[in-house]
Amino acid sequence: MEGRLDIEAVRGQFPILGRSVKGRALVYLDNAATTQKPQSVIDAITGYYAGYNANIHRGIHTLAEEATAAFETTRETARAFINAASTDEIIFTRGTTEGINLVASSWGRANLQPGDEIILSTLEHHSNIVPWQMIAAEKGAVIKVVPIDDNGVFQFDAFEKLLSGRTRIVSIVHVSNALGLIHPVEAVIRAAHAKGALVLVDGAQSTVHLDIDVQSLDCDFFACSAHKCYGPTGVGILYGKRSLLEDMPPYQGGGEMIREVSFRGTTYNDLPYKFEAGTPNIADVVATRAALDFMTGLGKSAMRAHEDKLVSYASDRMREIPGLRIIGDVPGKVSVVSFVIEGIHPQDIGILLDNQGVAIRTGHHCTQPLMERLGLPGTNRASFAVYNTRGEVDALVTALEKARKMLS
Amino acid sequence: MEQRPPIPQIEDEIVEEFELFDNWEDKYEYLIDMGKKLPPLDNMHKDDEHRIRGCQSTVWMVSELRDGQIVYHADSDAMIVKGLISMLIRVLSGQTPQDIIQADLGFIDRIGMTSHLAQTRSNGLRAMIKQMKLDATAWQLKANAS
Repeated sequence: MEGRLDIEAVRGQFPILGRSVKGRALVYLDNAATTQKPQSVIDAITGYYAGYNANIHRGIHTLAEEATAAFETTRETARAFINAASTDEIIFTRGTTEGINLVASSWGRANLQPGDEIILSTLEHHSNIVPWQMIAAEKGAVIKVVPIDDNGVFQFDAFEKLLSGRTRIVSIVHVSNALGLIHPVEAVIRAAHAKGALVLVDGAQSTVHLDIDVQSLDCDFFACSAHKCYGPTGVGILYGKRSLLEDMPPYQGGGEMIREVSFRGTTYNDLPYKFEAGTPNIADVVATRAALDFMTGLGKSAMRAHEDKLVSYASDRMREIPGLRIIGDVPGKVSVVSFVIEGIHPQDIGILLDNQGVAIRTGHHCTQPLMERLGLPGTNRASFAVYNTRGEVDALVTALEKARKMLS
Repeated sequence: MEQRPPIPQIEDEIVEEFELFDNWEDKYEYLIDMGKKLPPLDNMHKDDEHRIRGCQSTVWMVSELRDGQIVYHADSDAMIVKGLISMLIRVLSGQTPQDIIQADLGFIDRIGMTSHLAQTRSNGLRAMIKQMKLDATAWQLKANAS
């Protein structure tokens, strides 16, 4: 069958999957928080420090040239991965959070006026709420929030009604981290552009599961994190359209981002370096390439097909558990099964599952406005990656049954 | 008011009780059971003022000074946390502010559940202990001032 993956071979590339937790084989189902790393990524980090560690861009010696080449090769790999038009539009950050902060701070400071409107949705992660609240407070801008229905589904009609001549930017999550729902970002972008508003897509959860083509999406900004895509922590990719980035002031000042500095005034470097002040996280950027290559090698559609099967199998099996309710139980989602069990606090489930070697996430998932809207203190969230198996879903269900029995 | 045994003695009792169990399930079931036996907290105290921050679940706690000893009342919406509070109340409630402030609560490490109970921020154990000691300090200051 075309695109079918050998999951055992994939698992073999992840050394951590061989460990045990509390005397049992690890079942890692917290992939929406961070994925585990293949050996190739680990080797790339070690290889950099053991072989060609040097500061980049300014060095005249061989190590600096090798390090610069490796760093810039990742930029090209990232460009191709999300199909940006140019590497000038690829800015390395610390993660999605920093990418959004960069845009809110730099673009927002230069462009927002009192009374201007920023549109977010109820499903946003705090990282896509707080940076906008900060700049809105500073500039006197107003935040409008797109509602959801009881299943967590984004209300497109309501969004269209919120769009106005005062809307300057729409910042929306591509895939909800708490529920896994995929949002209609293409339609959001078209509608926003028709009103002259920009769109930032928070791709923290989508990049590892969906094919991303920023040119065909026509988004103005796209932010994601390497560590949710089998890569190292501390690296994010921010895409911005060249014309917008060129007009934006720098985010931070320091080395790398300048052309010339004097006490009479400073001129800034070209894109993308204007936004990369200071020595970057070279080792992890270098290793990010290995993570992107890992995904490209397997093929996202094949990965997605495997993950979809796991989500569907897990959902079916979990519905058999008395009192269990899946939150966001609608078609069109990726990788996540978020659920509650009647009368049992998610924290109790999380602790008892961990004792059985099963790692899930419990709590509000950094989406407190969403939890408030759904009337829940939090949920339990199992999130899947390409290396997870049906056997692990069975282990999850067995562990859940046991936890439920102990708590009732 | 009934005289409670000294804190270290109650700690030893709890450690001995947990030693009867050799697997994690029994230990947790015992803890959950302790939570179920916790006397209910009056709903009027379940407000923001009595809420302990730093927990994934919600914990409310009230304390009062009776004859020089502090009495704690608490509740939580999560069962394991409720068990933890119940255990802490058994050790600290009815003790003097000075003894509570000085208690090192080493029994938590000794009951063999440390990897869960002490290390994770999410269960709020540290936040609860901190609040109980803060209350003790506040009662002590109040008593000294009057």
